[in-house]
Amino acid sequence: MQISGSKMVIEALREENVDVVFGYPGGAIMNVYDEIYKQNHFQHILTKHEQAAVHAADSYARSSGKVGVAIVTSGPGFTNAVTGLATAYTDSIPMVVISGQVPTAVIGTDAFQEIDAVGISRSCTKHNFLVNDVKDLNRVLKIAFYLARSGRPGPVHIDLPKDVTANLGDFDYSKEWELPTYKPTIKGNPRQIKNALDHISRAQRPLFYIGGGAVLSNCYEDVRELVKLTKIPVVETLMARGVMRNDDEYLFGMLGMHGEYAANMAISETDMIICLGARFDDRVTGRLDVFAKKAHVVHVDIDPASIAKIIKPNYPIVGDLAIVTKQLLENAKDIEFNDYSAWHKTLKEYRKQEPLRFIEDSDRLKPQWAIQRTGELLGDKALISTDVGQHQMWTAQFYPFNYPRQFMTSGGLGTMGVGLPYAMGVKRANPDKISINFTGDGSIMMNIQEIITCTQYNLPVINIILNNNYLGMVRQWQTRFYEDRLAETVLDTQANFQMLAESMGGVGFKVHTKEEFDKALDEAVKSNKPAIIEVIVDRREEVLPMVPNGHSLNEMLLLEGDK
Amino acid sequence: MNNFDHFYDSEERREVLSIIVINRDSVLSRIVDLFSARGYNIDSLTVAPIPNTDYSRITIITIGVARTIDQIVKQLNKLVPVLKVTEHKNVIEKDTVLIKIPLDQSLSDVDVLARAYNGAIQNVTENAIVVSATDEPKRIANFIKVIEKYNPIEIVRSGVVAMER
Repeated sequence: MQISGSKMVIEALREENVDVVFGYPGGAIMNVYDEIYKQNHFQHILTKHEQAAVHAADSYARSSGKVGVAIVTSGPGFTNAVTGLATAYTDSIPMVVISGQVPTAVIGTDAFQEIDAVGISRSCTKHNFLVNDVKDLNRVLKIAFYLARSGRPGPVHIDLPKDVTANLGDFDYSKEWELPTYKPTIKGNPRQIKNALDHISRAQRPLFYIGGGAVLSNCYEDVRELVKLTKIPVVETLMARGVMRNDDEYLFGMLGMHGEYAANMAISETDMIICLGARFDDRVTGRLDVFAKKAHVVHVDIDPASIAKIIKPNYPIVGDLAIVTKQLLENAKDIEFNDYSAWHKTLKEYRKQEPLRFIEDSDRLKPQWAIQRTGELLGDKALISTDVGQHQMWTAQFYPFNYPRQFMTSGGLGTMGVGLPYAMGVKRANPDKISINFTGDGSIMMNIQEIITCTQYNLPVINIILNNNYLGMVRQWQTRFYEDRLAETVLDTQANFQMLAESMGGVGFKVHTKEEFDKALDEAVKSNKPAIIEVIVDRREEVLPMVPNGHSLNEMLLLEGDK
Repeated sequence: MNNFDHFYDSEERREVLSIIVINRDSVLSRIVDLFSARGYNIDSLTVAPIPNTDYSRITIITIGVARTIDQIVKQLNKLVPVLKVTEHKNVIEKDTVLIKIPLDQSLSDVDVLARAYNGAIQNVTENAIVVSATDEPKRIANFIKVIEKYNPIEIVRSGVVAMER
């Protein structure tokens, strides 16, 4: 029996066990929405803006490990979705985004709400399709999900002309489609692995440098096992927070521009970097020509293009980290590793010398305190999203992450405005967890409209605004590098966040003291409603340590004062 | 220890790449976009279907340092419709040129010149003649230089095709 293109979309989503779709209807995608109306397999969450729909699908994927799905219409519907695609693309998040398109007969005529969607999405998706014929739709849908989740994951975009969604065709989702040109390498080269381990075992100061790949490939248990077995110290990237337990004795925190002193010293002094699923991002390496000068490098990545893009490794290993860590573990059991305890001790000394800290002030709240306190009160019960800026770095530094997929943040693209939609997607995927969004007074306004979506779909997310009346991160740079000329970073005119939350069906709090904060957080959790907790914090607090642009990682600006 | 300076600072080199692609999902624009988005150069580009298959061969000549070429090859391989990328080492290259020359002058040597570059006169009209030549890209560049004294009206080059010896 033949079914319509729209029905095929529904059937494919059902076959893929999709239980929620985020989206926004419009002219070119109406046939699909008509089928959504008729079906009962998955929920559709109508956001207030397409960008938020794609971000929510993205964080649904980040927090659950499943493929996120968003549906938008043609033209502006699609262009609004582009930031969401790009955000997911830079962080390798599996997602399928379906956009409507004008009918094939009028493509290229500058029809109403027509835009060259695949032309725009080409550079911010893993792959994309313009489906010209309903006969091709079955294949495209199946391959899109496979591409999104396999290899190095990423968003896949399907552009669907309106006539294709109306036309009838055969559909059989069990059919396998060959992809002769797409064969990701899964297993690491055994000899390379042996050689790498041999060299690691003879190193004096080896260091695990763990990236988001360890989260995406769901192998944190094996990574922890490997660390325990080898007793090699660990540093994490922003994207890898939670792979190691926060209190693990071998973990020396996050490295990079705002990394912990011990972590940056560790990578500066190591003689053997073991990079597991990280990509030597510029925010991690600092000045490249002096980065890890003393080190040999083992680089494990599923994407061959990530290897030798920035740093040429001595031992490149292409493969799925989940498989490669198993291979490493198997081989490591027969190897005698050097005693690294002196090295471990050195790093502990560094940590003691310059611990991550902030200086309390009796007059005002410190933003870091609010994050740390939330960690003390909620700990593992909360999943944490952030926007982008100072609060994002403070969260990475001060929240006690204990398991992967606990921290949702736009790492690569640095997209302000993701926080609230992220928290929304997280709550939808993890109804039993508390969904917190740490945000700033700048970022929150970029997708504030989604509070009402949270109310409508009963997604009680808690937005903790660390309000300093600045675009804080840019302000920090202006102070340090532009002689404190605060060009367009002072946010003196502000909404009444309490009323704002209440007007959209949520609860709002404004807090100035520690006692008020504890009370507000408790009430927000108990209210079971979307909440805004506005925390008035020290306006001039800075994110430290900081490696200024163009400096090496051991040239950090440090916090002066008590330890 | 980690001394890969040659990899970062090496001199630019010319690279002939053969890219086998499946004819689907606007593969050519993907490849061209990749070059422009990442700031790579394309010196020459030719495309033609491979007989009796679903595949096409794209031949690209690019210039870059070792690290850039390494990235280009990896990024190309990463594209879903790309089957294989070959960096040619020992290769026969051919380029074709068509040149239109006005007939208002003495053209006694043209035929000899063209033949010296494996070429011939292809067409003669009242106003102009068209000569063609097929040879290595460097020799084609020479041929164009030599023929300039005839004030050609139009010069069209095909781009390079290549095959491993």
